[in-house]
Amino acid sequence: MLSDLLRWGGKRSRQGDAAANAQAPRGEEPSVASKAFPKLLSIVASQPEPVLIDLGPVIGSNVEFFGERLGCKLFIEDLFADYDRHARANTLDELPGALETRFRHPDASVDGVLCWDFFDFLPRPAAQSLARQIIRMLRPGGAVMGFFTTTATPRAPFIKYEIVDDSLLRHRHHAGTGGAKHVLANRDIIKMFDGLVVSDSFLLKHNTREMLLRRKS
Amino acid sequence: MNIGKSVVIKGELNGSEDLTIEGQVEGKIELRQNVLTIGANGKIKAQVFAKSVIILGEVIGNVSASDKVDIRDNGSVDGDIAAPRVAIAEGAHFRGSIDMQKSGKSTEPGQKPEQKAEQKTDGKVPAPAPQSGTPTPAGPGR
Repeated sequence: MLSDLLRWGGKRSRQGDAAANAQAPRGEEPSVASKAFPKLLSIVASQPEPVLIDLGPVIGSNVEFFGERLGCKLFIEDLFADYDRHARANTLDELPGALETRFRHPDASVDGVLCWDFFDFLPRPAAQSLARQIIRMLRPGGAVMGFFTTTATPRAPFIKYEIVDDSLLRHRHHAGTGGAKHVLANRDIIKMFDGLVVSDSFLLKHNTREMLLRRKS
Repeated sequence: MNIGKSVVIKGELNGSEDLTIEGQVEGKIELRQNVLTIGANGKIKAQVFAKSVIILGEVIGNVSASDKVDIRDNGSVDGDIAAPRVAIAEGAHFRGSIDMQKSGKSTEPGQKPEQKAEQKTDGKVPAPAPQSGTPTPAGPGR
């Protein structure tokens, strides 16, 4: 009986550790204010027939939001799924080449690109490949929004950014593999997006910089 | 009107009444003034034009609606969508682009990129608790 109790106590301790390491259940997924997102919306909304690329997964409510708020053409190019596929196949080294040929959009055809935090997961060559493609696709006056971590992490989960309203994003659990998060210094980001200018940069409390880069009109 | 599970149509399907398809259609479907429902058993390989399209089954091809495209749970679309309103339910599958532009030139989707993303989708969740951000000047270095 006593041994059962002790065993129960031990189990409980291990469960506590597991719980601490586990991802937050869906009910606890936080909503975080965004300073850059409303600015991106305003830029894209000012275009007569806006075209937007979302590099994240399809989220039904986001699609509805963009339809109602922007009435835009939306291309969902889920790069997190691409990353996931390469990670599972152990071919992440092929990602830079894949990103170079991933987008068939014509030059200067897009008003906004939602990168979310995808750049954090990319090694430098892949990040540079993606940035080159984004610069190529962006119209003059167009904007790119990215979230960049300030802390390197050996393994971090992907996040689904669900739009709650113009300035609030819910950080939802993503079932993907996730990966290592790399830190890009501001100067590296500026260099990587050569041809664009940083129009806004916000340092958030959760070790993240939100950045908005624009192509000059 | 219903097209049953065992029915296979190859060719063009036109009509002026609401239609539910549980069978298979390959070709083109036009119900410009009506609601088209692709039932859970429906398998469509076609260009679709309707006033509203509700998808519970599978569609491979571009879907255009003058009012709304609604992909329900377990519904699947592999193609480009053009409609002023688009709803994609949790658990639906979608691969393609979505044209919700309000200028009426969105009736013929699929003229753009071929490269597409693929995954399951999410529904809505409410939200509280904002977190504030502090603006920092943009510039080199950290």
